[in-house]
Amino acid sequence: MVDTATAVRRAPGRVTPGPARPRRRRRPAFGPYLLILPTLAVIGLLLFWPMIQIGVMSFQKVGNRQLAGEPAESVGTKNFDQIFSDPLFWQSLRHTVYFAAVAVTLTLLVGTLVGLLLNRLGSRMSTFVAGGVMIAWATPPITAAIIFSWLFGSTGGLVNWFLDLLPNWLVGGGWTDFNWFDRPLATYTVLTICVVWQSFPFVAVSVLAGLKSVPGELYEAAKVDGSGPWRTFWRITFPLLRPIFMVLLVLSIIWDFKVFTQLFVMSGLANRDAFNLSLYMYSEAFGQLNPKLGLGSAAATVLTLILLCVTAVYVRVMVRQGETA
Amino acid sequence: MNKSARRFAVNAAGVLVFVVSVFPVFWMAATAFKPNDEIFSATPHPVPAHPTLQHFDLVINGGVANVGFWTYFANSLLVAIATVVVSGLLALLAATAVARFRFRFRTVFLIMLLVVQMVPAEALVIPLFLDLKRADLLNSLPGLTVVYIGFALPFSIWLLRGFVAAVPRELEEASWIDGAGPVRTFYKVMLPLVAPGLVATSIFSFITAWNEFIFAYTFLGDQDKYTLPIMLQYFFGRTGNDWGPIMAASTLLTLPVIAFFLLVQRRMVAGLTAGAVKG
Repeated sequence: MVDTATAVRRAPGRVTPGPARPRRRRRPAFGPYLLILPTLAVIGLLLFWPMIQIGVMSFQKVGNRQLAGEPAESVGTKNFDQIFSDPLFWQSLRHTVYFAAVAVTLTLLVGTLVGLLLNRLGSRMSTFVAGGVMIAWATPPITAAIIFSWLFGSTGGLVNWFLDLLPNWLVGGGWTDFNWFDRPLATYTVLTICVVWQSFPFVAVSVLAGLKSVPGELYEAAKVDGSGPWRTFWRITFPLLRPIFMVLLVLSIIWDFKVFTQLFVMSGLANRDAFNLSLYMYSEAFGQLNPKLGLGSAAATVLTLILLCVTAVYVRVMVRQGETA
Repeated sequence: MNKSARRFAVNAAGVLVFVVSVFPVFWMAATAFKPNDEIFSATPHPVPAHPTLQHFDLVINGGVANVGFWTYFANSLLVAIATVVVSGLLALLAATAVARFRFRFRTVFLIMLLVVQMVPAEALVIPLFLDLKRADLLNSLPGLTVVYIGFALPFSIWLLRGFVAAVPRELEEASWIDGAGPVRTFYKVMLPLVAPGLVATSIFSFITAWNEFIFAYTFLGDQDKYTLPIMLQYFFGRTGNDWGPIMAASTLLTLPVIAFFLLVQRRMVAGLTAGAVKG
């Protein structure tokens, strides 16, 4: 999160200073290594080593017997062959990609609009609205998923009641008993609303922080020159805040690509038709009485590789902005 | 459009955004306080006409899965606090290293922090399940805490390094000239100045641990070990459409986080931007 904030600070087209010149070393050289040692141990053990394990296990059979202590047996590329020939895998991948495309677009759009709005509101009103927006952000994913299951529930759900009130020519009839969670398209509609509701605040707050750093004279000049809001946004705001938007875009893609909890709560492991990649992976690994960790790892490898590609873009942006200097 | 009409439109949009943001949480709390006939009535009641505590009573005193609510609450609290303390401490050390020293591999270390933040927890749950089983830490709260520390650490360091870098070097030097050793300098000079950063970091790790679902769901087998999110999911799965108690339980899980968040909201945003001061 702070990384975007950093982007925010540096946004307004300032000349990025080169990496700071090394300062004089005054302390023993092993000091910093000692300080990062515990972190390296924790991250190595809990993040790096498991990442390697995913790669290794995706070529192995790891089931109940292996969990009981037998050595894992190598199966070559059998796990990958199996998931790549599984139509459910491709369907889950499609769901993941479509969902991410829609959710990321909406999140950035709504978040940017709200950020611009917060910037135009008076300071007390702005604090008030930002407070409300923060509530959406602070809500735990599991609660959000359950609240939206209730809002879209078929008995007593508020949304169905409201849709029934609307004229039939607009939304059709028979909403009272409509079940949102027994067909993928409807489920993903609810999921999208839920996820966008939770993630637009972060975009809004980051955009707001960025706008605060844009010198006001630029906007005054634009106004004097007769530029409308649309033109001002694309000619001044967007170019200046481009680094923030880049980071927000990449982070949103990464977050929406691996959505698990909300879909798990709304639709669950039994509803295979609505799987995304995370649920497919989890179901392969832990879904049955016989865990198939090797098969799950193969799916996890695919997910991780996709996300690492996106991460590579993110790291490139951050390095360019001098964040790692 | 004249000026006051435009101002009105902007404020109206602000109110709309506020309502949309808050409504789902409001609806959760409102449902939790409604008696069943109001929850399931054909026309929704916007606010409870006859507020009741029966759902909260059921969740807290009825016990979920034969385990008292406070056990789950204590489990969640314990795991979250342990995560905050340990990851805060480790993050402070590492943040000091990257903000105060130039050393070989410093850039590599920073890039590594960026990369590991993006690693999908959803994928790592498979190997970590195996590792914890081998270490005999499956189905144990310490085992879960260790995993949370690993996941909270990279961002904590990233957040804290800005705060450490913002402490003027001159203050430290003055402290040395006055004859204070490194430990004393740390306690008397650095710590008080970095405190706001530690607060922001702690909130972040607390929320990470408090809200986490997939690891807890996969690793914890015994019901008396469940954390609140798992209890909620279990309860939701069991009771289906009994929305009163489900919303009461959701409220109990959510309110601490929201209260926490709003309490420190300003400092958090300030922290996020202050963290931008480079190290």
